[in-house]
This record gives sequence, structure tokens and C-alpha cells, in this order.
Amino acid sequence: MLRLEKLTKKYKTGDMALKGVDLDVPPGQVLALIGPSGAGKSTLIRCINRLVEPSSGRIELNGEDVTRLGAGGLRRARRRMGMIFQEYALVERLTVMENVLSGQLGYVGFWRSYFRRFPQEIVTEAFRLLERVGLEQFADKRADQLSGGQRQRVGIARALIQGPDLLLVDEPTASLDPKTSRQIMRLICELCAERQLAAIINIHDVVLAQMFVQRIVGLRLGEVVYDGPPDGLTPEVLTEIYGEEDWAATRDKEADETPAGHGVTEGDPLAAM
Amino acid sequence: MSDTGFDASERARQWRPPPLIASPRLRWFLGLGAALYFALAIGSLEVNWLRIYEGLDRGWAFVIAFTNPDFTTRWTDIREGLIESLVMTVTSTAIGIAISVPIAFGAARNIAPLPVYLFCRAIIAVSRSLQEIIIAIFFVAIFGFGPLAGVITLSFATIGFLAKLLAEDIEDIDKGQAEAVRASGARWLQLMNYGVQPQVMPRLIGLSLYRLDINFRESAVVGLVGAGGIGATLNTAFDRYEFDTAAAILISIIVIVMIAEYSSGLIRARVQ
Repeated sequence: MLRLEKLTKKYKTGDMALKGVDLDVPPGQVLALIGPSGAGKSTLIRCINRLVEPSSGRIELNGEDVTRLGAGGLRRARRRMGMIFQEYALVERLTVMENVLSGQLGYVGFWRSYFRRFPQEIVTEAFRLLERVGLEQFADKRADQLSGGQRQRVGIARALIQGPDLLLVDEPTASLDPKTSRQIMRLICELCAERQLAAIINIHDVVLAQMFVQRIVGLRLGEVVYDGPPDGLTPEVLTEIYGEEDWAATRDKEADETPAGHGVTEGDPLAAM
Repeated sequence: MSDTGFDASERARQWRPPPLIASPRLRWFLGLGAALYFALAIGSLEVNWLRIYEGLDRGWAFVIAFTNPDFTTRWTDIREGLIESLVMTVTSTAIGIAISVPIAFGAARNIAPLPVYLFCRAIIAVSRSLQEIIIAIFFVAIFGFGPLAGVITLSFATIGFLAKLLAEDIEDIDKGQAEAVRASGARWLQLMNYGVQPQVMPRLIGLSLYRLDINFRESAVVGLVGAGGIGATLNTAFDRYEFDTAAAILISIIVIVMIAEYSSGLIRARVQ
């Protein structure tokens, strides 16, 4: 469904953020992209919907090369890709409902959106989504009145109302506390399963990634260095991705420091929290 | 080093903030230079103390008139002048805002392409570099005496003020919010409407209200060169040495500006 071929990105500063990334994402698959800061995770995700222009390579979405699209074609392609952000990126001074409906901007004309006269079936769908993420009574609240977890739920609803084939999720939990992080990750993964959505989730919390996804891709200095199941992340592989560190010790320490159970390893029963 | 780590020399260690200019010689040079320049500048002023002494009487008459303002004798003129000024103010502010907003979007580097940006910045620069009085004289020369010249002057001056400050606010928006709107496949206008406008709206309202009372004050000034409004009435009063009437006019202006100031403060507090 999504296929990246030799995708590279060189910034004007000369930094090679991506060095020929190949990636194949079948329909309905949720994968986590892990890697240290500066590995190019964010750049990769933003190249796919061309918020960042890739320097070379192909991005094939449902058989169409996204890199060759003109302005109109790119807008239509972006409608197929919902995006969820680390800092939520809600328009703070708009209401929750306006934020959710803004996910439909690619489908409605300017004047309709200007007067907020969205088609009734879209409004109905927006209410249904708000209910699904547990915010049905917040429709007319302003986005800046919500807590972090609530904002991210609005962000999820906004991405889903696009009716996408693919979710691009950029560090969805980095600004959230451990419990809310899990709830948000679970919600995203549940919704992907319900709707047969593929997703690429950037995440720096390896343990959280292992808890929720079937496939993990490790990125290091703009190159894919691991692509496989969550339980293949041995200390050696983590060293390959992140560099030398006593991985077993780090996990134990984390488990000690957060009795709420943030530092879990694969197959931990706490996943059912 | 003592074992305790608390010996006297260490406790007495002093700290001063680092000076703004690191080199002491440059620091002294700049300080003395500024003092010398100031002394020479004062020395170059020619002050005619006799003229000032004679003028004090007239100045005093002016001040005295304030204790006894005459609203009645020329009330019709004052009222017409004030209404004309208010009409000029509202009209020119509305026209000014309508023109400024698109220019402000064009003058924001983060959303406008370079040629559009340079063009809009040039309009702003022209508007800002010319003082209201000069523009007013120019437009009075074109359109003749009266409020039309005043309205055009104030509209033009509003562009430089509002477009510049609004453009700066647009350049400071949170990029993440706009990026999210863009990622949904929105058109450019939709991006402006959803991603940018909500972020700059409070600033736009605040600036517009502020400009409204600047325009009222300026309408009194441009009237002095024949561009209509209460300034024209004030000018006539001065020409006739009717300081009591002039005082009444100035008091009216002060009261109106105060009302505008107070109510715009209330509105600005509410739109945050």
C-alpha cells in the first residue's frame, strides 16, 4: 500500500537526514519507527506527505508516486494520510469540533469551510468519532481548555475524519504521562485494527512500542538498521540502533524508578492495564 | 584547601554581573564620548530667554482658559467638528483595516513568496516613512480641503501601522498548528482561515482598536492642515485667539480618547 524506494533527504545545511530508505507497508499494518534523536524519524514521516520535500527516491501510495504530484494531486494524496503530532498541533483557539472538522478541509470548498457549513454526514461522523475517543461532551470547548491526553484524542479524531488509508503518527506520547501514553497508544492501535488502517508510529519509548505493535523498524543516522518483530530487539540490536549502553540494566532501573510499571519488557501482563 | 571546603577565602569570593561592553577602554571611550556630545549639543541650542519671558503670558492665558472652557458660544461648530472627526475615524479605520489585512499576509515571510513579500513590505515602508501631516498636505492638495483628504490620509497611515504589526504576529505563529492543517490537504486559503487566522485574531482586534483611537487623535492633527474634522474647528479657534473655545475642544478630545481607551481595554481583555 505504501512503498518507499531509496528515499533520501538532504537538508540545505548539508545534513543527510535520510540515506536511501526502503520500506514496504502492507494495508492494515501498524509499525513503530524507533531510533535516537536525529535519526531521521520525523523527517521520514514528513517526507511521506511532503511536509518536508524529499531530495530523491520514490514514495508510492496505492500505486501512485507521491513525489511527482503537483499541488492539486498532493492535496488529494494528503487526504489519504492522516497525521497525528507530538504536541497535538490542534488549533488552540478553535473549538474541538472545528479542529475535528478541519481534517475534512481537503474535501470541502473554501466558502463551506469558511462558514463552517460542513455536510451533515461529516458532522455526524465527527460526533461519532468524538464519542469513540470519549470526548462527546467537549465538542464546543476550545482546544486550549483540554488536558494533554484529551488534546491528543482530538488529534486522533481529526486524523480519522479524513478517512485515511494510512496514519502518520509522530511521537504521539512524548508529551504525555506514562498512563496516558499507554491509553493513547492503545486507542491508536485499536482504531487502526477497527478500520484496517496502516500506521507508521514514530516513538522513542521502545518498551511502549514493543507492547503495542507487530513490526518495529529501527532507524539510525538515516538508515534502516532493524526491521522485524518486537521480540527481535535484543540488547545487540538496541546497541546497533542507539549505540553502546547496558540495556538490561537500564530496563531494571526503569522498572525500579517507576513502580507504576513503565519499564516493562515483552509479554508483560501489565500490558492489560 | 581545607577539608571542610568552607575556608574564608572561598566564602569571600565576590561576584559582579559581566559588563555589557567587555573592553574597559571602549566602555570609557563610549561613556565620555556620549557625555561630550551631550554637552556640545546643549551648547548649540539658541535660546531666546526674552522671547520666552514674553511668551509666558500667552501660555498662561492658554492655561487659564482651561479653567474656564467655553462650550456654548461655538457649540454648533464643535459638535459638527466632533461628529465629522468621528465619522472620519471610523471610516478610515475600517478602510485601513480592509486594506491592511491582505498586505499583512503578503508581508509575512513564513507564508508569502519572496516577490509578494518584498512588494508588501515596500508598501508598508512607504506608508510608515511619511508622517501623517505630510500625507495630509499632499492629499489636501489633490482632493481639496475637507474630510475626504483626511479619511484617505488616515487610511493610508493605518496601513503602515496595522499591516506591519499584524505581519509580525503572523510570522510568530505556532508552525505546528498550521502544519497540521496543511497535512489534511487544505487549500492555501483554508490554511489561512484555519491555521493562521485563529492565532492572530486577538492581535488583529487589539491593534484595530488601538488604531481607532490613534486615528481619532490624528484626525484632530490633520484637521490643522485643512483635512477636515475637529482639527479644522480647533484651528479656527486658535486663529481667532479664542482660547476658551480651543480649551473646550481639547477637553472634548481628551474625554473621547479616554472613553475609547477604557472601552478598548475592556474589549481586549475579553478577546484573549
